[in-house]
Amino acid sequence: MIDVWTWLTSGANWVGTDGIWHRLVQHLEYSGSSLAIAALIAIPLGLWIGHTGHGRVVAVSLANGIRSIPSLGLLFIVLLLLAPHIHNGDAFLIPSIVALVVLAIPPILAGAYAGVEQVDPAARDAGLGMGLTAWQVLWRIEVPCALPLMFGGFRSAALQVVATATIAATVSVGGLGRFLIDGLAYRDYSMMAGGALLVGLLAITVDAVLAGVQRLLVSPGLRS
Amino acid sequence: MIVFDRATVVYPDQTVAVDQLSLTVPTGQVTVFVGPSGCGKTTSLRMINKMIIPTSGRVLIDDVDVAKQDAASLRRGIGYVIQQSGLFPHRTVVDNVSTVPMLLGVGRRRARADSMALLERVGLDPALARRYPNQLSGGQQQRVGVARALAADPPILLMDEPFSAVDPIVRQQLQDDLLRLQADLGKTIVFVTHDIDEALRIGDQVAVMRTGGYLAQLASPAELLSDPADEFVAEFVGRDRGYRALGFVSGEVATRLEPTITLGSSGEAARRIAHGADWLLVLDADRRPVGWVRPDRLGAKVSASDLNRSGTLAHDAAPLRALLDAALSSPSGRGVVVDAAGTLLGTVNAGDVVAVIERERGA
Repeated sequence: MIDVWTWLTSGANWVGTDGIWHRLVQHLEYSGSSLAIAALIAIPLGLWIGHTGHGRVVAVSLANGIRSIPSLGLLFIVLLLLAPHIHNGDAFLIPSIVALVVLAIPPILAGAYAGVEQVDPAARDAGLGMGLTAWQVLWRIEVPCALPLMFGGFRSAALQVVATATIAATVSVGGLGRFLIDGLAYRDYSMMAGGALLVGLLAITVDAVLAGVQRLLVSPGLRS
Repeated sequence: MIVFDRATVVYPDQTVAVDQLSLTVPTGQVTVFVGPSGCGKTTSLRMINKMIIPTSGRVLIDDVDVAKQDAASLRRGIGYVIQQSGLFPHRTVVDNVSTVPMLLGVGRRRARADSMALLERVGLDPALARRYPNQLSGGQQQRVGVARALAADPPILLMDEPFSAVDPIVRQQLQDDLLRLQADLGKTIVFVTHDIDEALRIGDQVAVMRTGGYLAQLASPAELLSDPADEFVAEFVGRDRGYRALGFVSGEVATRLEPTITLGSSGEAARRIAHGADWLLVLDADRRPVGWVRPDRLGAKVSASDLNRSGTLAHDAAPLRALLDAALSSPSGRGVVVDAAGTLLGTVNAGDVVAVIERERGA
């Protein structure tokens, strides 16, 4: 434990292109862009499924199916499929991001459609009956009321992505995973443990930040 | 004026929800659609704001076919109240009420100010304006629902079982307040309920509907009770029709003077005033009747625990049913009549009321 502490507190380990700061920023970049792409795909789709009720069964079974694939296996499947078609330096980064996006979509999708689905049908009916258009019902009633579950799904996706972004290092990309992979290679166990600890702390911090954003955005009327 | 012209709704599975409904909803009056579940009353209501489009036939508002109008702008001109309140849970009470005015382009500040005034008008404490719907009771939520429907001052109000989900005491208050509001506003109201008593209480005219979407009878409440069109209507209107019909008849019944005692007086004084009578009426300090006592059983004082409170009170302007009920429910057989302030006018006995009923019938 003392070795881990020494590794974490040694200033030299924090600077440079393979220092902790740089790896942390890389880790956040991979996680952030994966989550953003996943949200761009899953939220509109989830809202559409929740609003119309179409495609629910397909979405649920697909999401559950994807969830059951081991992340590392998924990474290599994507790598094998994509790598031959990418010829610049991103040949390993893009498959990593794709794997994380695929990982993040199910919880975000589930949160979005479940959130819209559980909106009180009476509120929806009243909205339409009072003269809101279908779009206004979606944006002014369904989305605000779905926010608690949407945040739930997004936060769960964020935790998974931040934790799993570690595996990107196995295909020689950066991020905090490097400390685990390199630590293993050098048999530097304090580096491995320190890296794992940092991933955990980052995940907790990200979740805390998202919880704060949720508190700001979700109406107090929706808290039970 | 809303006109149903052979309006028919057939669902894709060929069930007929509403069958050739033709009726007129007069402007400024309350028309109630009542009937058992599956009679098409809600479907009929929802044709008026185009939530459902008739399979054949038409619904016209002021001679314009509803089906030909833009749904959203049509609905913004028609108030809509539903059973489960349908309030937006993420918005405060005042913002819920401001919904339609703001859709119509009224500024937020003015819409909110108008909404506050409206909340007071429907009997809500303005202090509730900043609350969220989940912080209100069921009755309060329905009041907000009514305020929200009235916010843009629409000439038509559609109410779909608005008071069915609240307990009977609150329901009666809501009905009373709606009638009071309607006396001021004179909206064209279409009100759906499965409760015939509510229909008879609220409606200027009542449309009794039968399973399968047929109109069984369209009549005033008094006429439904006195002249049901067929067996279904007679059954549906229910028992005690003769007695309940008295709820729609008024007549002048002369009250008799009644000896009284004030709460807290001595038992001796009570026995002196009662002059041998079995029951003596007790008033509070403001001359409002509070109950009856048996003078021979009184102790030193006339106290609240001596009171028999079984008698109902009738206001002097009340229908004959209330007067008769006051007489029948009173332990002394003398029904207590009060004025609008609740102070004693006198008493009537059942014979007095029946004599007036006989006289009205003869007239």
